[in-house]
Order: sequence, then structure tokens, then C-alpha cells
Amino acid sequence: MNTPIPSWMRSESTALLLVLAVVMVVFGVIAPRFLSGGNFASIAFQLPVLGLLTLAMLAPILSGGLNLAIVYSANLSGLTLAWVLIQFGGPDAGVGAFLLGAVAAIIVGALAGAVMGATIAYAGAHPILVSLAMMIFLQGLGEFLTRGSDISGFPAFLQPLGHGVLFGIPIPLLIFLGVALLWHVVLAHTRHGFAVYMIGSNIRASEYSGVHTKRTLTLIYTLSGVLCAVAGILMLTRFNSVRVGHGEALLLITVLACFLGGVDPFGGFGRVFPVVLALIILQILSSGLNLMGANQHLSTAIWGLFLIAVMVVRHLAGRLALPDSWRTRA
Amino acid sequence: MRSYLRAHPSELWLTLVLTAMCLVLSLTSDQFLTAGNITSLLNNNAVNIIWAVGLLVVLIAGGIDISFAVAASVVQYVAITVFDSIGGGDWAIGFIVAGTLGILLGCVNAALIHGFRIITIVVTIATFNAFFGLLMFFSKGRFIYDLPDWWGTRVVLWEHQSADGRWAELNLPVLAMLVCIVLTWLLIRRTTLGRQLYAFGDNPDAALRAGIDARLMQFTAFGWMGMMAGIGGLMQANITREIVPNALIGRELEVLAAVVLGGARLGGGRGTVFGCLLGVLLVAVTQNGLNLLGVSAYAFKMIIGAIILIAISTSNISWGTMTQSARRAAT
Repeated sequence: MNTPIPSWMRSESTALLLVLAVVMVVFGVIAPRFLSGGNFASIAFQLPVLGLLTLAMLAPILSGGLNLAIVYSANLSGLTLAWVLIQFGGPDAGVGAFLLGAVAAIIVGALAGAVMGATIAYAGAHPILVSLAMMIFLQGLGEFLTRGSDISGFPAFLQPLGHGVLFGIPIPLLIFLGVALLWHVVLAHTRHGFAVYMIGSNIRASEYSGVHTKRTLTLIYTLSGVLCAVAGILMLTRFNSVRVGHGEALLLITVLACFLGGVDPFGGFGRVFPVVLALIILQILSSGLNLMGANQHLSTAIWGLFLIAVMVVRHLAGRLALPDSWRTRA
Repeated sequence: MRSYLRAHPSELWLTLVLTAMCLVLSLTSDQFLTAGNITSLLNNNAVNIIWAVGLLVVLIAGGIDISFAVAASVVQYVAITVFDSIGGGDWAIGFIVAGTLGILLGCVNAALIHGFRIITIVVTIATFNAFFGLLMFFSKGRFIYDLPDWWGTRVVLWEHQSADGRWAELNLPVLAMLVCIVLTWLLIRRTTLGRQLYAFGDNPDAALRAGIDARLMQFTAFGWMGMMAGIGGLMQANITREIVPNALIGRELEVLAAVVLGGARLGGGRGTVFGCLLGVLLVAVTQNGLNLLGVSAYAFKMIIGAIILIAISTSNISWGTMTQSARRAAT
């Protein structure tokens, strides 16, 4: 029945690369300015914030959970950095103040994550509920501290971090690619990464086989918080301001990107590379539609419909007994 | 009642907390136990409770719905177009139109979930984005203020002037809320369909082998949720007297937190209408209490988030068994 299919054809990434190629060709033909340097530069600048938040969402989903607090963790971390910068004179703050602020921001992100992880691991509460409560708490804390206003006035040397170009590649993209590579190594080649997949597959079996599941869960959410902090710092430099609620709409898009990248909604399966491809596809869809005169809201709708289309195709492919990875695992 | 509470630890625990809070508030604030305060609490939370009982049915059947608040906004916009085209309408037509539109949107979710075996969170996150994007695109983000007269007028069911001259009133949304509560209770507790929803949510494999129709379960759960979303949308516009396309987005997560706090299990098979009410009321009374005690409005969300965090870390729900049943629900 089934002829043996080479493994590279069976992989999630091949299918996504095909989709990516199709999307590029379609937009290249119908949107004249699509295949221009300017367009790709704008994609490269827009991708990293969503990308970092998606990576922050990835590990919790792989472990069978979800982190709904990512955007507000990023906001709070950005707020911490902004606060430190302002203590050192706002626009006149030095590089030292920035480094101190960045460290403080990462500590805040890690702390928010650690509290979530510990509550999930030690109190045995459901990750959706815990992260939802944390999200409401962080949003409230942020609104309480800022009274809902924007904070701006940062030193000029931060400008290149958000808008600069190095060797022809936008710096935010370099940061994102670096973090993605690091994340790939952590998930695919470390003891912790292995434990993440095991917990996502079967938490009880991994506990019996000697994985310290509680400590691992805590670490998963702590690292997720650290990534949120990096995203928060990048958002500060991109927008040159901090407001609680910035990027709120990205929350469910990150989940969408993970599912599009073939991550199993129940955990245990999924890799960094296909998720990065899924992000690029989403961003290209959005910018292509934008060039054709559609607004961001239509892109949001298309993203949603696109996710449905992908899941439907996977289901139908599964029925036709096509390769495993095309099928929904759920 | 005692055996009921023993079988439902989260409901018992929430009842205790809520009673304690009400006691403290009635002692510390002379405003709390007034007719005016209690009626406004009910008026302000009617829509959340309508949505909460709808979401409860989906959670019992082992699903989750992120799209209902956005669906409610879609219903508001489509409904006003329908009312304009038929030249006005009235409350009866309003409920039928809003309920039907809501059911249709719910059926979109159910059709995708059942037809293509996609899990509920993926489908509803996708439809959340699709509904919201299309709504914002077609409505161009416009606010609508000129509702038909019947829709934009407050319907007072009961009013009372207390000794100090303050008026207390109960409005139509509270009646709609009561009807929705009773209907949902009847559905899940007094019908075969309801028993099947619990069985299907707890263990879909076993339920299918026992002859339960999976398609019927998904369409019932999401259709019911959709109907509640539609009715909630209709009531919300009656309260605010305007239709704002992005006013309801974000409410879904608050309602979800309250329902799960009330003992409904993410993963299916457990949850009661009473617990669901307690969950919403706990959040509502907390907010009301903070308001009466003169705490800054900016601090509300932070305190409510902290309370939910503390609440879930002290109640003993086993995540292990929950993921197991979620895994089973996947098939």
C-alpha cells in the first residue's frame, strides 16, 4: 500500500517550505512590489517580536501546557527596563544603565515564569488557568504602575537595536535568529529539552523514569519568561516606548504559529525550525496582503482561515494515507 | 445539599470563600448589603454569567472556546443589519435573530471540530482570528449608536426606592440571565443529552463505544455556547446602548478563568452551573468590594489576578489526570 517515502519528504519542514514557495510565487505574480528589497526588509523588522514571543510559547506547549501570560510578561519586563533607564536620566542614561535594566527585565520575566511554573508543578493546577491568572495579574500590575499611559524618552544608542542593520541584516532579525538557534539547541540537544518532550508525551511515565518533572516544569516556564523579557526589551527599542497592552493581539497569533508549525497541541512533538518557517509564512501573508491594499484586520482573518485550511488539509491527507507528519496527531 | 457539596469540593470551597467575603464586606462597608448595590452587581454581571453557562457546556463536553466573545460582537453587527432590513423588529424577533446567529457561528466551530477532527482550542483560536478580522474589516471599526428603539431602551423589570432615596432596579439582562441559567441547568442535569455530554467529555472513547453520537455532542455544546454568545451580545448592546466592534474581545479569557475557578474541568466531564455562578460572582464581588473600600480602580485587575492565582494554588486539582483526559478527548 504505502510506498516508502524518503524521510526528508515526510518532514513537517518540507511541507511548510512548499507552502512558503507557493505563497511567495502567488504574491510575486499578483503584487508587483512584493519581490523587492524594501518589502523583505520590512518583513525582517516585523518578524522578530512575534517570533520571540512564539518561541516563548513553544516550550510550554511542547510540555503539554500553554503560557497565556507571554505578552504581559514582555510588557512588564519592558517596563522594568524603562524604569531603570529613567532612574538614570532617561535620554541621558548610559550603556551601563541599559545593561543593568536589561538584567533587571530578564529577572522580572524569569520571576513571573517561575511563579507560574511552580504553581503548575507543585500545586498541580492547569497551565491554562495558571497562566491566565498570571496574565490578568501582570496586566493589572502594569496598569497600576503606569496608570495606562505610555512611557518613552530613552537614550539614542538604543535606536540601532530596534532599527539598525548589521552586515545587511536587520539587528532585530539577528537577535531573533540567534535566540531561535539557541532555543533549538536547548530543546533538541540538552537534557532539559529531552525532559520537555517527555513531559509533553506522558508526564507520569517521565516521572517514573526518573525525570524531575516538577523542577523541569518550573524551568520551562522560567525560560519562557526569560524569552518574554528579551521580546519585551526588543519591543522597547522597536517602538521607542513602553505601554502595558502593547502587542496584546499577538498572544493568540503565537499559538496559531506554533500549531501551524506542526506542534502537537497536546505536547510532546514539535520543533523550532518548522515554527520559524510558519512565522515567516504568516508574516509574508500579512505583508503581501498589505501591498495589495488590505489592512491588518483582513490579514488577521486570513491567518485564522489559513490555520483552518492547514488543519483541514492535514486531516484529508491523513485520510488518503499520506505521510505521518501531515496527519493531525491529535 | 451536604452530600452535594461533599461531592463537589471546589463548589464547597468557593461557597465558603464567597460567604466570608460577603460577611467581611457587609461589616466594613455600609453600602455592600443595599438593594442598590446588589441589583447593580446583578445587572453588571448578567452578560458574563450568560456566557459562563454557555462555556460551561463546552467545557463539560471536553472542549474549550476562545471565540465566543468575538462571536457575540459579530452577532451584534449582523443582527443590527437584519433589524434595519426588516424595519425595526422587537424583543421577540431580537432574541430569535441573535440566538440563531449565535447558533450558526457555534455550528461553524462544531463543523470544523467534528468534520475534520481538529481539536477545539485550535479551531476556536482560528475562528477567533477569522471572526475578529472579518468583523473589523467589514465594519471598518465603526461604532454604531443608532440602535432600534426597543434595543437601545433599558427595560426595567423591578424597581424600588429605598429610605435614603436611592433607586434599585433589575433590568432585562438579569431576566435573560436567569432563563439561561435555568435552561442550561435543565439541559445538563435533566436531559439524556446532558448526561451524554458529561460522559463524552469525561471519556470520549468509552462514550463512543456506548453509542453516543460525537457529532451530536459537538453541535449541541458549541451550538449552545453560540446561542449564549448571541444572547449575551444582544444584552450587552442593550446595556451599553452602542455597538463597538472591539469592545468584547478579551472578555473570553476572564469568563474562562471564572468558569474554571468554579470547578469546571479543562478536559471535560466535570462542572456544575452552581460552581460556574460562584466563579463569576467571586470575581464580581471582589471587584465590587474593592470599589466600595475605595481601592484605586487601577489596582482591581492586579488584585483579582492575585486572588485567582492564590485560589488555584490552594485548591487541589490534579493536572496529571487532567492531561490524561485531555489526551483522550483528542481522538
